[in-house]
Amino acid sequence: MDNILHTFNGEAFTYAHAFLEFSYLLAAILFVYGLKLLSHPETARKGNIWAASGMILAMITTLFLHEDDGGSRIGFTNVIVIIVTLGIGGAIGLVISKRVKMTAMPELVSFFNATGGAASALVGLLEYGNPGNESLLVTLLGLIIGSIAFSGSMIAYGKLSGKVGNISAGFMKYVNIVLLIGITALTVYILLQPEPHKYASLVYLLLAVSLLYGILFVMPIGGADMPVVISLLNSLTGIAAAMAGFIYHNLAMILGGILVGAAGSILTLLMCKAMNRSLWNVLLGGFGGGGVASGEEGGTIKEITLSDASILLAYSQKVVIIPGYGLAVAQAQHNAHELEKLLEGKGVQVKYGIHPVAGRMPGHMNVLLAEADVSYDKLVEMDEINKEMSATDVVIVIGANDVVNPAANETPGSPIYGMPIINAVEAKNVIVMKRGMGKGYAGIENPLFFRDNTRMLFGNAKDSIQKLISEINTL
Amino acid sequence: MEEIIVFFYSFREPIFIMVLSIFLGIEVISNVPSVLHTPLMSGANAISGVIIIGGIILVGHADLSRFSLELILGILAMLFGTLNVAGGFAVTDRMLEMFKKKKK
Repeated sequence: MDNILHTFNGEAFTYAHAFLEFSYLLAAILFVYGLKLLSHPETARKGNIWAASGMILAMITTLFLHEDDGGSRIGFTNVIVIIVTLGIGGAIGLVISKRVKMTAMPELVSFFNATGGAASALVGLLEYGNPGNESLLVTLLGLIIGSIAFSGSMIAYGKLSGKVGNISAGFMKYVNIVLLIGITALTVYILLQPEPHKYASLVYLLLAVSLLYGILFVMPIGGADMPVVISLLNSLTGIAAAMAGFIYHNLAMILGGILVGAAGSILTLLMCKAMNRSLWNVLLGGFGGGGVASGEEGGTIKEITLSDASILLAYSQKVVIIPGYGLAVAQAQHNAHELEKLLEGKGVQVKYGIHPVAGRMPGHMNVLLAEADVSYDKLVEMDEINKEMSATDVVIVIGANDVVNPAANETPGSPIYGMPIINAVEAKNVIVMKRGMGKGYAGIENPLFFRDNTRMLFGNAKDSIQKLISEINTL
Repeated sequence: MEEIIVFFYSFREPIFIMVLSIFLGIEVISNVPSVLHTPLMSGANAISGVIIIGGIILVGHADLSRFSLELILGILAMLFGTLNVAGGFAVTDRMLEMFKKKKK
């Protein structure tokens, strides 16, 4: 089996070499095909399974067929160590992914992204010390990008799970620029040394600075911008993995990593577009604080009683529910579905209007409502639902704020001016469920609350909907 | 400058793959409905766990006869990579399972 099969361009190879490379090709095809299927609702689950099998295939063939530069396979003890490690890591990963609540999905994705970044950073660090490594530039790039993705994702995880607050100061912008320059300068300096392998301490310094940069870069970014940041960090992890692929001349790693890097970047830009902001603007944290309140809207806020709300809803023809982060926090997705079924039973047409950046992750609302068994043809995207707004009797805004703020259309001075929104204000009646008069994540006043056709229902979204349901049942 | 040219030439094939993969990634993702943004991000995140291959190679050829920092870090890298792969694909599947159910 291990006889030299052929010599090609001066490189001798065996069956094992050829088979290993072929399995990588197959894995690469499975990654691309899987990602392609993942982007259509009907085929998405299959796509995920295809991509996973590509990964498993590449892992198995690497384990049994990979040879080092000296031509020796992975030894028996090493194989055992690897299998045990894989078993432990895999078991932990599976348990976490089964146990976590659907509302905690954004932070979980951040956490898994952090582990990927950490793995890339460590591989970079270890390969740097390997004297046979001739691709130091990519090794260092993998180390830097991986560490930024790791510490950044951990901060994002902390923020999303409420363990880390926003720390924002004007000077941080400059600190970050200085750190970036420092990282670049240090990398160039190390690479220009005649024997760069000997500068291990500088590489540890580079690691530390990159980790610090990841922390400081995510720290000032506020709630509404988190989806963009997670997506960006996701694409960084992909790029870091691809850099490690260069070290091993492993085409499956390069393709897989860059595929994720490119897809993540596109997703990032799509989300920025949904908020009508540039990526640059998001990264410099231009949002939040110092919002311009639209003074002319002052007016009074009208509350609605539960019985009025229930009558209004029960005798409507068309109701649109617009969910936001408040729905996720209150875990009110099941109650929303219950309300929807109850109203449908009374002959009311109910739909959900989904803003692309509602929640803390793109598609966050879709995942939550899917968990509650809401049929996905009821989930209508922003542009479609806006066409139906003026024909809607009642809009129920559940824990959403900025995504229905008419200031985005009407007040040129507002920080969210120009952001596409769901035009809830066009509906005949608007019921806003809210915990209090707090401002949204953008930190600005919402004139919708003061409109004549708007009434507020204060309280925790879950309680409010439950009370509403029992009220409608008594009608 | 010379280093860059040498780098380009010696890595010309991977660089081709890389550039074409960028276009492929963009092409595959555009037109994805926002319903799928979260699972897609999570699935892509699991694919970026390919770094696990690097971890396997590292630990696979590591010297196990003595206890070293490198060995610990290598095993740690593998552990992180596996978490990313196993957790990432499993959680994506869990999300997509719910989409499936209500299609009936």
